[in-house]
Amino acid sequence: MNFEFSDDQNMLREQAQGFLRDHCDSRRVRAVLEGDDPYDAGLWKGIVDLGWTATTIPEAYGGIGLGHLELCVIAEELGRCLAPTPFSSSVYLATEALLQFGSDAQKQQYLPKLAAGELIGTVAVGEGTRTVTQKNIETAAKGATVTGTKIPVPDGDVADFCILIARDSETASSLYLVDLAGAGVTRETVKTLDPTRSHAKIVFDGAPAELLGAPGAGWTQLEKLFDRAAVLFAWEQVGGAEAALHMARDYAMGRYAFGRPIASFQAIKHKLADMYIAQTLARSNCYYGAWALSTNAPELPVAAATARVSATEAFHECSKENIQTHGGMGFTWEFDCHLFYRRSKLLSVNLGALPRWKDMLVTRLEHSNQ
Amino acid sequence: MDFSDSDTEARFRKDARAFLDANATPKQSAKPRQESEADFIARAKAWQKLKQENGWACLNWPKEFGGRGATPMEMIIWGQEEARYDVPVQPFAIGLGMCGPTVIAFAGAEQKQRYLPRMAAGDEIWCQLFSEPAGGSDVANLRTRAVKDGDEWVVNGQKIWTSGAHYCDYGILLVRTDPAVPKHKGLTMFIVDMKAPGVEIRPIKQASGHSGFNEVYFTDVRIRDDHRLGEVGDGWKVSIVTLMNERLAVGSAGGPDAGEMLQLAQRLELDDAPAIRHQAVREKIADWYCEQSGLKFTKLRVQSALSRGATPGPENSITKIVSANKLQEIGSFGMDLMDMGGILVDEQPMEGQFQGAWMSAPGLRIAGGTDEILRNIIAERVLGMPGDIRVDKNVPFTEVPQGGGKR
Repeated sequence: MNFEFSDDQNMLREQAQGFLRDHCDSRRVRAVLEGDDPYDAGLWKGIVDLGWTATTIPEAYGGIGLGHLELCVIAEELGRCLAPTPFSSSVYLATEALLQFGSDAQKQQYLPKLAAGELIGTVAVGEGTRTVTQKNIETAAKGATVTGTKIPVPDGDVADFCILIARDSETASSLYLVDLAGAGVTRETVKTLDPTRSHAKIVFDGAPAELLGAPGAGWTQLEKLFDRAAVLFAWEQVGGAEAALHMARDYAMGRYAFGRPIASFQAIKHKLADMYIAQTLARSNCYYGAWALSTNAPELPVAAATARVSATEAFHECSKENIQTHGGMGFTWEFDCHLFYRRSKLLSVNLGALPRWKDMLVTRLEHSNQ
Repeated sequence: MDFSDSDTEARFRKDARAFLDANATPKQSAKPRQESEADFIARAKAWQKLKQENGWACLNWPKEFGGRGATPMEMIIWGQEEARYDVPVQPFAIGLGMCGPTVIAFAGAEQKQRYLPRMAAGDEIWCQLFSEPAGGSDVANLRTRAVKDGDEWVVNGQKIWTSGAHYCDYGILLVRTDPAVPKHKGLTMFIVDMKAPGVEIRPIKQASGHSGFNEVYFTDVRIRDDHRLGEVGDGWKVSIVTLMNERLAVGSAGGPDAGEMLQLAQRLELDDAPAIRHQAVREKIADWYCEQSGLKFTKLRVQSALSRGATPGPENSITKIVSANKLQEIGSFGMDLMDMGGILVDEQPMEGQFQGAWMSAPGLRIAGGTDEILRNIIAERVLGMPGDIRVDKNVPFTEVPQGGGKR
């Protein structure tokens, strides 16, 4: 049995950590937080140059044809440093959707450019402050066009194309590819709680749309896509959770109160032990998710939901208790604690929130029991 | 990442299964037994002897003491396989898992030859005598005294929470040999004969009504100096070796888990529908499943590291904290789903396992390291945070303040 990353994968991790230390410290994250740029273009170029956007794309489509375990390694490191780039939208979602459901022509058209960073893609599902379900999707397809409003769309203001879910009839929905620079599309950047990642409102008004995958299979495909992305999001969340835990630990070691480091008080030690427990459980579930994703195992739906739920809870716990450990300083704009807090909520709702994932997990457990 | 055995591991597993299939009944086809404790112990001794004769006992011990000299991974595989069979192993868990390795590390050649092969062959059962009424989490605060008299030591005092003391033949005993020095420095470890004159064993009735533990009283019990483990005053160091081995032995709290709760919620109704359709029930099951799964894969990660030859780290400390607390919550919620009937003892669904879990969980959160001590261990040994400020560290034991009242 070998339930660990390989030496090559660990080397990739070291390389990623070295690169991100130099190109993605918190000053760079703050530049996006406080500035007008939707993302850090220099960092994005560096990521593209390293070939990370090409990780899982086969060589035939201009990629480097590595597996999903390598992508998990990269995801954890991007999550650890709160990278302000459209990586998750373009790689975990758009690229993955094309790999899973695209025709050969669609793959030929999009994948080489996604690999080379010449195109940024995203997936548009949300329609405001309600849970989108198979039954209540309002965006509608008619002929080869779509009409409706998607908000918030992660990286929707910078993406070149998006994949969206739209209703074909009362009972059927499909996935569509839409050129965001094309006719019938208006979009604007929207404010979110985490300005280090850009989001948009996109209005489609008879915008030309191309079917992706099987007609009528939209919801099934979306669930499958989200399961795969959930594992990668979970690795980002675990990376962020561990960074917040280490930040809390380091601060507690150096901060003195009542004549001693606050790290010597059990109230603080036990809090950090609980953060460690949450983070460790999530990490172990992410290992299982990574294994299931990389081997296309039948366990993937359960493994993905498990990783998603526990990583969401771990990042929430670690980011909020990191602020608490810092005391008043943790609630200042100047300290980085709020960057983790903001990102933890962003990642927890981006792919559908906890109540939905918990419910799906139990549904899947009920089915696997029968 | 790969969950399958290597070729050598697969061969070893096949051999283990062949022995078990030939000599034991799988758990799912085993019938419940009604037997006295004496019969249970006799059956456990017979099983241990059969394993030893066939090379399946004390796998990580050297062959000369009755072991097999196996690798950590082979031990894990054996443990996985044996756990699928209805075999009585619990009476030997502490002796073989904790006392044996301590004797191997610290006893003289003659004592090793005298005690280890008989322990391995199941002829003699061992217990561990560390805790005292005044020394639980702070075990080094223990008061049982040993005073040198010629080439013997005379022991007086009281131990508590000793599992199986009443059927054990020997024990490892941590006592104070020098009260004039700070508490950790005045301790010494011995092998004690549990049948020696002056040893008196009284069962403890637990809050659950069961009795799995004992108090052990020592009145002028004499131990020969050649039964000392390690140097005089080195008892604390010796006990750390014992407790490190406990880390390997500590498992998950057994009992109902997320799967059993799912079954119960499918069976019971809430608001005129199966309870499993209730969102609050579903969210709790999801949380417990995530914890259960996280522990399972943490264990696999630790085992994977072990198979590379790494020593088990304190990371495993999370297992007991998470599983014992989860058990308590599951037990409680299971009874809540039965509503007013949750309190009935004789009408419980699923063999009463939810009530059983709820009544045993408080003990599991304390035994083998309380939740609080385990959190300290995680904070200090995993996260590198400073130890607590110890007001008794450099104070002679006799001057350490001791509270009054019953402890």
